[in-house]
Amino acid sequence: MAVAADWMVQGLQMLLVLIVAPLLTGLVRWIKARLLRRRGPSVLQPYRDLMRLVRKEVVLAESASWLFRAAPYVAFTAIWVAAALVPTFATGLLFSWSADMIAIVALLGTARFFLALAGLDVGTSFGGIGSSREMMIASVAEPAMLMAVFTLSLLAGTTQLSSVANFMLDQAVGLRISLGLVLVALLIVSIAENARIPVDNPATHLELTMVHEAMVLEYSGRHLAMIEAAAFLKLLLYASLLACVFAPFGMAAAGDGPLAYLTGIGAWLLKLTLAAVLLALFETSIAKMRVFRVPQFLGTALMLGLLGTLLLFVTRSV
Amino acid sequence: MSLTILLLVVGALLLASLLVVPFSRHPLGRAALYGAVGTVCAIALATSLGALLGGGEPSAHTLPLGIPWLHARLRLDALAAFFLVVVNLGGATASLYAIGYGRHEHAPQRVLPFFPAFLAAMNLVVLADDAFTFLFAWELMSLASWALVMAHHRSEGTARAGYIYLVMAGFGTLCLLLAFGVLAGAGGGYGFAVIRTQTLVPWQQSVVLLLVLLGAGSKAGIVPLHVWLPLAHPAAPSPVSALMSGVMTKVAVYGLIRIVFDLAGPPAWWWSIVILIVGGTTAVLGVLYALMQHDLKRLLAYHTVENIGIIFIGLGLALGFQANGMPSGAALALTAALFHVLNHSLFKSLLFFGSGAVLAATGERDMERQGGLIHRMPITATTFLIGCAAISALPPLNGFVSEWLTFQAILDSPNLPQWGLKFLVPAVGAALALSAALAAACFVKAFGITFLGRPRSADAAAAREVDRFSLAAMIFLAVLCILAGVLPGFVVDALSGVVRELTGGGGLPRQSSLPWLSLIPLSPARSSYNGLILLIFLTFTSTLIALVMRRLASHAVRRAPAWDCGFPDGSPATQYTAASFAQPIRRVFGSTAFAATETVEMPEPLSLQPARLQVRVRDLAWDWLFAPIGAAVDASATRLNTLQFLTIRRYLTLVFAALVVLLSGLALWQ
Repeated sequence: MAVAADWMVQGLQMLLVLIVAPLLTGLVRWIKARLLRRRGPSVLQPYRDLMRLVRKEVVLAESASWLFRAAPYVAFTAIWVAAALVPTFATGLLFSWSADMIAIVALLGTARFFLALAGLDVGTSFGGIGSSREMMIASVAEPAMLMAVFTLSLLAGTTQLSSVANFMLDQAVGLRISLGLVLVALLIVSIAENARIPVDNPATHLELTMVHEAMVLEYSGRHLAMIEAAAFLKLLLYASLLACVFAPFGMAAAGDGPLAYLTGIGAWLLKLTLAAVLLALFETSIAKMRVFRVPQFLGTALMLGLLGTLLLFVTRSV
Repeated sequence: MSLTILLLVVGALLLASLLVVPFSRHPLGRAALYGAVGTVCAIALATSLGALLGGGEPSAHTLPLGIPWLHARLRLDALAAFFLVVVNLGGATASLYAIGYGRHEHAPQRVLPFFPAFLAAMNLVVLADDAFTFLFAWELMSLASWALVMAHHRSEGTARAGYIYLVMAGFGTLCLLLAFGVLAGAGGGYGFAVIRTQTLVPWQQSVVLLLVLLGAGSKAGIVPLHVWLPLAHPAAPSPVSALMSGVMTKVAVYGLIRIVFDLAGPPAWWWSIVILIVGGTTAVLGVLYALMQHDLKRLLAYHTVENIGIIFIGLGLALGFQANGMPSGAALALTAALFHVLNHSLFKSLLFFGSGAVLAATGERDMERQGGLIHRMPITATTFLIGCAAISALPPLNGFVSEWLTFQAILDSPNLPQWGLKFLVPAVGAALALSAALAAACFVKAFGITFLGRPRSADAAAAREVDRFSLAAMIFLAVLCILAGVLPGFVVDALSGVVRELTGGGGLPRQSSLPWLSLIPLSPARSSYNGLILLIFLTFTSTLIALVMRRLASHAVRRAPAWDCGFPDGSPATQYTAASFAQPIRRVFGSTAFAATETVEMPEPLSLQPARLQVRVRDLAWDWLFAPIGAAVDASATRLNTLQFLTIRRYLTLVFAALVVLLSGLALWQ
């Protein structure tokens, strides 16, 4: 019975992240539009976009190989699985022990690896510029993320995300300098990884400054739908990750009743809304930076993560 | 019994290298030799695997060869058995690959005799149980591989590569010779059994560590002693490149482990500082150098340097734990390092085989002249892709497991008491994370520019898939990469004998009996990873998505010219190249790491000359260390040249003066 319940919760989480993800992106877009005094599309627009893309035919470049067609599936799967392993409304998910935070970071790396390859597959200059810059950004963002993960795991004594959330929830963690450093580092990495302003602009096209959009420029139809959905999921993943580590309030523990789960879902949706508002505010108040300023921006995150780890190493009494 | 079989294998390989000489130009001789060598290596592989898994007592043997009073002593323990598995797995697959690849060899008489000798020497290094046999085998390994590097001696750059390799190999052996001299002490006991019983004073231990780091490290390719490696490894025929990069560097790591963990006595904590600094620097610089290359084989060779760095990080952590009496941490770090040894031998061999296939199909090593090979070489491309994903540490493949274990070892290390380690280990962790991320960029470039896109030359457009033997070898290794990633518990268990032997502790808990075959190195509350579940999860999810998309989505697919933002240009020259792909990373890291400079030559208006962008990337180790040494040697040689033209009177004076100086030196010493 308990096993069945575990399966239910895990399955529910997988479905829930998939359903909520476009809503989060729609919400961010809508708030941004309102902040710019535009009316903005409905928050449901991302769903309509996905449906439209799914129904359209795929226009495939003549030089595209099987990798180009497989990459959206690989990327989407990797990100979906990663998102399914980040506790959202409840900790202690059925599969959470099969991959810890390091594995989640690496799963996102897998998705990026295949999308970057797909960018090179058709053999156009835009695809190349996108892949090359995406990998450049990732080459600093991923270590920064890992250092943040190190700090969290040293603090909580585990690399399991569920246990980290429990640790934050149960004990009087209090204010820690390293925790503050990690928060800033994680925020910077989240912005970079989700191709948000000031690192990249998700709304732009036909600009030499674009990174992620240039990489997936050749995609159309259902493939593009998968990639868009993967991007939605990734934003949701990072928002849930930040919420689960820094604001684990209201999360249900494993084996709690349906009521606790409902509360958890409600709390999670609230947290996501807050994240959407903050992200939209941040994005409207800042300008995009030049590509070669990005490594410095991310270097800050790397240094903060390293400092956090170092502090914990040094303060650990023997 | 196992040892006897292994010795017979070494004998058979040496015999084969002699017997093949008269038949080496004949195609049948080639196939027969590689077939026989492959079979012999497979036997050795099975034997050593049995010895590793059987976990019996070490067996020793003395052969009446070598120096009369010493004889050749040989010993098979768990450490040796593990490295024999690595050596012979590489040997067997390289032989299989070479059955097909050898067809493209235009000078087989320069390859065939040395190939088995090289394998025999590597086996013998691992089996050796006295300093003489070890050094003899080590030197045989160096010379045989040197001969293989020189197989295409007329190709551009090969002679220089061979010369530098020879000098570095000589230097390395000299360092090891001196290290054994210190280890043997005044008594001159050169058997490893005698060395183990001796206790060295700390300064002697330090000298040994330094000499071993120089000797074995130069063979393994640590920065800054790596300069020969990216020259020599690519110059050899591809199966030999795979052996040199995938296996010979591991034999060097074996030498380091054997001496530092086994022979030199209890380690001091600062040893780990030295090895960690070397490892961290090597990992980051190795991958940055690799990113700047556009010769596929040289890129792979530079990337070997990075992986050696990762292995050294694991070894350094293990030493730190060991010195502080923390056996579980030492076991974890050592397992990580040894796991990476196995992993690297698998995927680096695979990638070198792939690069050899590309070379055979297009006649080019330069990535700037490849492109679009995935269409014409689908199997090579797929296996190469698996290798690239594995080496970039992507789950659920094997490279991720060893990096994950190394990260876990780093996370276990705040308890180390020394402040030096407390400050250094996080920095090394950051270096490891950075090198992992850069490795992904490096292999997106390697695969993307070579196999994807549109062909950049006529040769690439006319490429054909390679022969069945080469494909079989690549498929086999790709499958092993997946298996080792999905079922890491079995590998960790196989390593447990080695780890127990070296750390003296209980090793890691048994993994393969855990539910769902997960990997739990320390305790379930701390960390766990399950590649199998992850693979099942990924497969299930992607199948689900594919089915849903099949039902719901439009099936229409239309082929059209690439969109490229409406920029219609059919020329493949508009694609991103290897150099342009690496340009952002060069901008970010290049000016400090390798003094990269770009010069733009813009023609005057109305001039018909092409504009040129010239990028110069220097290997700083070469500029700062080797070039000055070379210049100093040259200068002193010119000075000393006058000594050749003296009168007999002056020569006699010189001899007398030398005698006086030496005797007075001796008198002072006494």
